[in-house]
Amino acid sequence: MTSALGKDLLGLEPLSSEQILLILDTAEPFKEISERAIKKVPALRGQTIVNLFFESSTRTRISFEFAEKRLSADTVNVAASGSSVLKGETLVDTARNLEAMRIDMVVMRHGASGAAQFLAERIESNVINAGDGTHEHPTQGLLDLLTLRDHFGDLKGRRVCICGDVLHSRVARSNIWGLQKLGVEVAVCGPRSLLPNAIEEFGVRVIDRIEEAIEWADALNVLRLQLERMTAGYIPSSREYNRVFGVTRERLERAPRDILIMHPGPMNRGVEIDSDVADGPHSVILNQVTNGIAVRMAVLYLLSGGRPELAEAAKGGTGRRGGAPEMTEAA
Amino acid sequence: MISTQRSRSSESTRGSRPLVLTGGRILDPSQNIDEPGDLLVQNGKVEAVGGRVGHPDGAEVIDCAGCIVSPGFIDVHCHLREPGREDVETIATGAHAAAAGGFTAVCAMPNTDPVTDNQAAVGFVIRQANRAAAARVYAIGAISVGQRGETLAEFGEMVGAGAVAVSDDGRPVVSAQLMRTALEYARTFGIPVIDHCEEPTLSHGGAMNEGIVSARLGLKGIPAEAEEIMVIRDILLARRTGGHVHLAHMSTRGSVELIRWGKERGINVTAEVCPHHISLTEDRVGAYDTNAKMNPPLRTASDVQALREAVRDGTIDLIATDHAPHHYDEKEREFADAPNGIIGLETALGVMVTHLVDSGTLDFATLVERMSCSPARVFNLEGGTLRRGAEADITVFDPAMKWTVDPSEMLSKGRNTPYAGMTLSGRAVCTIVEGRIVYQIGSSASARLQPARS
Repeated sequence: MTSALGKDLLGLEPLSSEQILLILDTAEPFKEISERAIKKVPALRGQTIVNLFFESSTRTRISFEFAEKRLSADTVNVAASGSSVLKGETLVDTARNLEAMRIDMVVMRHGASGAAQFLAERIESNVINAGDGTHEHPTQGLLDLLTLRDHFGDLKGRRVCICGDVLHSRVARSNIWGLQKLGVEVAVCGPRSLLPNAIEEFGVRVIDRIEEAIEWADALNVLRLQLERMTAGYIPSSREYNRVFGVTRERLERAPRDILIMHPGPMNRGVEIDSDVADGPHSVILNQVTNGIAVRMAVLYLLSGGRPELAEAAKGGTGRRGGAPEMTEAA
Repeated sequence: MISTQRSRSSESTRGSRPLVLTGGRILDPSQNIDEPGDLLVQNGKVEAVGGRVGHPDGAEVIDCAGCIVSPGFIDVHCHLREPGREDVETIATGAHAAAAGGFTAVCAMPNTDPVTDNQAAVGFVIRQANRAAAARVYAIGAISVGQRGETLAEFGEMVGAGAVAVSDDGRPVVSAQLMRTALEYARTFGIPVIDHCEEPTLSHGGAMNEGIVSARLGLKGIPAEAEEIMVIRDILLARRTGGHVHLAHMSTRGSVELIRWGKERGINVTAEVCPHHISLTEDRVGAYDTNAKMNPPLRTASDVQALREAVRDGTIDLIATDHAPHHYDEKEREFADAPNGIIGLETALGVMVTHLVDSGTLDFATLVERMSCSPARVFNLEGGTLRRGAEADITVFDPAMKWTVDPSEMLSKGRNTPYAGMTLSGRAVCTIVEGRIVYQIGSSASARLQPARS
């Protein structure tokens, strides 16, 4: 059966605002599962999921794995190191082999933009993009939206500024699409050498100074500054980056309103964000991590054909995938 | 559609049998001819043009009603992959693909393995071309030894062996000093120096045009300036040296403006554009379609518009395909890692008619000028004319024939085309080289001529 999201989750750009809200709404009841003593419901029992990580990841991989396990799916983790990828296997061959193993879903992270799309076109299993190159990281975008919604309620008319290396950031792209679809005004702030040349054509405001961004925004999503950007010559040094673009307590203290600070992690403390901001009262960075599991559970559940209106029932433990109506279909 | 009456045997051999093309529209911009009439070929030469011509004994008569009879198309830029990658194309399959596209001659780029950077390598290309006996194949020699951009290759010996131009195509000539020297040195031999204009530090790692689409897809972009900086450098060096620089595969509005600037000042610069750069935009990349990946990349609608106008007004001298076959599984991969290039020999005419003539930008006379007369003139090659006594290199094409691009039917070994499934207007129905039919649509002759397929 075709899910409300289609076959795959490749990015937030192709989704409608209704689909995004559906995922967020479906995530709400799943939040509570992680608070229980026994963190497990049988919604995905019997489903097999491969977590295929061609790039190293700690947070996202673990978050997906918890989401899968808490829904009772059978999971296999494949990391690029130690797999046939190192032996020169092409992505298309990897895809065909996965298909031959009759798995239900693939969660993939890959260093090439478009890799998730490539895989999705070639296999019948559901594909969830866990980050492809500098293209999209849709579940990160979704968990950021959920975190903002927890705080602000309706997001329409709110202002979010994405700070830092937007050029190389899949998180930034997923955020921009997701936020815009929910009616949020989006700005980016960072050195122009780390912003896509055509960024304004996205309907995004560009703010050159972090002080102005803090003055303008309801929330900042502070991106990680990769060390290799310095060696590649995009910016001179992390020291100067912190001086000019760092989100510091001094700068936040001048904010005209209570501003929310997000970060997709892992953080470079003292570079893009100071410790007393990351650990301070404005920070919702750990809420993002918690929400990550709920959002990923929602995505897995919906893509597997689970009915959104039955998410509450599913977590109640009917013992059937997707709740009661699935029972009759299965019978 | 074309039909053939054969008065004697079914075989035509090189120049031995007269050939009469009857009832077509003779279109030869080199003589300002555009009128219905016949054309007689004898001993491999054009014997008579226009009006009614007599039918000598034993002549093969081809009914060209509804078709345009023009001087043969010449593609000055293709990659035939031999030697080195005979699995993706050979000189023979490339020469037959060319003939099927209406080309009577093509120039093979030297970025083979080994590189065509010496007289023996040039001789190999020409021997293989003669053996193929389809479209003529001319060799382009490398500018630098091994195309490494360091020391000049032996232009004199390569020209002596038959090379018609030099190029390090596939790579830019990074060193301005080497480019200067090449332009100066090439003057002795009267050959153009072809440059692939790309400033490598700007284009490094790029996979498509830099713009909103690359930003959206998260692909590293290649800015228009990577091309334009080298275009103006080359034009200035041509001015300094008096050498003839030919700029390959122009793709941007800015390049057109710079070439116009150079030509207005009498600088010896010529330029080409590929059918894909005047028919497709960066949007064709869609969801990471590697058949829309080439270098230079597909640009914007504004660039396409400027390039079309430049073809019309002559700022861009000619059309070239940059035919670049790749093995299917090399294209079946992540976009950033897929090789650049598409095949073009068999779609060029259809794309040009559909996108430039039918849209009203070009008339057929200008199309033939840019695909035949101009390349012959710019590269100083045989052909480009139906003048009496000229080599009988002739393209007969149906300007209105609708056909759907099916890569599996291509004579090229390549299948990498962004036009697959598209319906185009205009197709070559008969291609004649030195008075000999080397391609005829729907004929078993074309299959017979094609050794690579069984």
